[in-house]
Amino acid sequence: MRKKSLKDSLWLKVGLLALALVGIVIINLFLDSYKVKVLNLCAIYVILGLSMNLINGFTGLFSLGHAGFMAIGAYTVAILTMPLEAKEMNYYMKPMVPFLLNLNLPFIFALLIGGLLAALFGFLIGAPVLKLTDDYLAIATLGFSEIIRIVFINLQSITNGSLGLKAIPQMTNKFIALPLGLSPKTNLLWAWGMAILTIIFMQLLMKGSYGKAFKAIREDEIAARSMGINLFKHKVMSFTIGSFLAGIGGGLLAVHLGTIDPALFKFALTFNILLIVVLGGMGNIYGTVIAAIVITIAMEALRFLDEPINLGFLTTPALPGLRMVVFSLALMVVVIFKREGFLRESLEKVLEKVRGKYAKNQ
Amino acid sequence: MLKINNMTMRFGGVVAVNKLSMEIEKGQIVGLIGPNGAGKTTVFNVVTGVYKPTEGEVFYGEANEKISQLRPDQIAKLGICRTFQNIRLFKELSVFDNVFIGGHLRLKSGLFSSVFRLPKYTGEEKKMTEKAEYLLEKVGLYEMRNEKAYSLPYGMQRRLEIARALATEPRLLLLDEPAAGMNPQETQELMEFIHDIKDEFDLTIFLIEHHMEVVMGICENIFVLDHGNLIAQGNPQEIQSNERVIEAYLGVE
Repeated sequence: MRKKSLKDSLWLKVGLLALALVGIVIINLFLDSYKVKVLNLCAIYVILGLSMNLINGFTGLFSLGHAGFMAIGAYTVAILTMPLEAKEMNYYMKPMVPFLLNLNLPFIFALLIGGLLAALFGFLIGAPVLKLTDDYLAIATLGFSEIIRIVFINLQSITNGSLGLKAIPQMTNKFIALPLGLSPKTNLLWAWGMAILTIIFMQLLMKGSYGKAFKAIREDEIAARSMGINLFKHKVMSFTIGSFLAGIGGGLLAVHLGTIDPALFKFALTFNILLIVVLGGMGNIYGTVIAAIVITIAMEALRFLDEPINLGFLTTPALPGLRMVVFSLALMVVVIFKREGFLRESLEKVLEKVRGKYAKNQ
Repeated sequence: MLKINNMTMRFGGVVAVNKLSMEIEKGQIVGLIGPNGAGKTTVFNVVTGVYKPTEGEVFYGEANEKISQLRPDQIAKLGICRTFQNIRLFKELSVFDNVFIGGHLRLKSGLFSSVFRLPKYTGEEKKMTEKAEYLLEKVGLYEMRNEKAYSLPYGMQRRLEIARALATEPRLLLLDEPAAGMNPQETQELMEFIHDIKDEFDLTIFLIEHHMEVVMGICENIFVLDHGNLIAQGNPQEIQSNERVIEAYLGVE
């Protein structure tokens, strides 16, 4: 009986997610391109939020290296999908290495390779730094993220250095887009498709034994290893998967923006994701999804704060960056009063109510 | 089953355990007693690999494998599991998950088959679930399985820790003050419970305890530590009449 309802709820979730996907296609038909872009960014932040939550929230590793892994994914996708002409146009200071110059792959392969390369670096970096704990881990991962960025600035014949890359091709797929009546640009479909896959993946991962072992490590390392959980192996696993997803998110971001440069992948980017994770609740999948959407939309909606505001009796000068103060304040409130995030408790209460009703009806 | 050979554990200048040698036979219930600060928990920490001994070795199993340089998780895999004096549950996780995770170390399926729920994994998961449910029934916590571990009362948390340890399929079970904070009624039940699991799971049990009725009631063999030194060893009668033990516990004029 209990098992059956568990299976049912899984199908329910899959159904809901499919419905969401259809909804997104419809949205694509009716909204203007600016709003579509914002929604696209929401999906990317869902992926990034979940990937960071896997490492920080579920496994309890305080890692701040996300921007670095995203950079790897972003650059891989950009370099592998750009056509020859675009590359020749971009690399005018120093020519690109010939091997990469002629390499051109379909988007989906480029994205996967981007994710895998990020995962590889996650694995290589994880091996030494995951012996550290807490603040030391945070400092080391932050350092590695910066190292990746600096290396990218200096590998001019591969990454075009600090000039960045422009004219990254948009994702198009006539076979999917045309029958659905979409414009051939299918960024949104890709991004949300990936986001939904990520949500399903995270659900399955955390439901299984390995996901539970990750949580056990977060709860109590000493108890976890005394119960036979190889801490190092499981931490590296979690870190590598998280890096993979960060790479995917980075790749999608590159395409979304159309132009990337190393300055984009500074700590501020990691901070944005951390904000989502903390506000959505550490170790909370749906909280992260909601927080990613709300924060991304709010970042756009609050843009008026950066501009001069007319209060009637006086007009404040333009203060670029004022909207970020709102998020910083929200972050402080959460950290001081509600460490589990805004969403965790309320969401659980709702779920419990639904469960209670469901049980009564049976 | 377990052999500690001339083991010394030093923390800076403090000698927590001094040249301890002891042996535990298979199928016994063995007690480790001593006044506060005698080094009892340190012995457990060395056996389970939390500390590496400064000197000496620990051997385990029929093959007398040297385990004193292994990591805690490797030692747990060999079949030594423990509970903690200051309960260390996975607090935010459910009671069921706590026990379920105990079985994780015996999982053979990889991460991939776990995420994609391949038959190999789901079969194993089913067994782990059944085992966890059985153990929860065994310790009388089945009804609480969906509660979070921290929300349980103290006595139940202790039982949950034992259930979690049993889920790792140990052959040697180390209990660090299992009766701490229990009333006489609960203590009595605990003693029966320890006998019960020993027979059912074919365990050897090594326990630290301050409740003398527990130690004298169920232990066949008792070791007494004082200031890191082994001062006595023997069956309950021998220990009760041993002058050095009385001295250590009550002091001398």
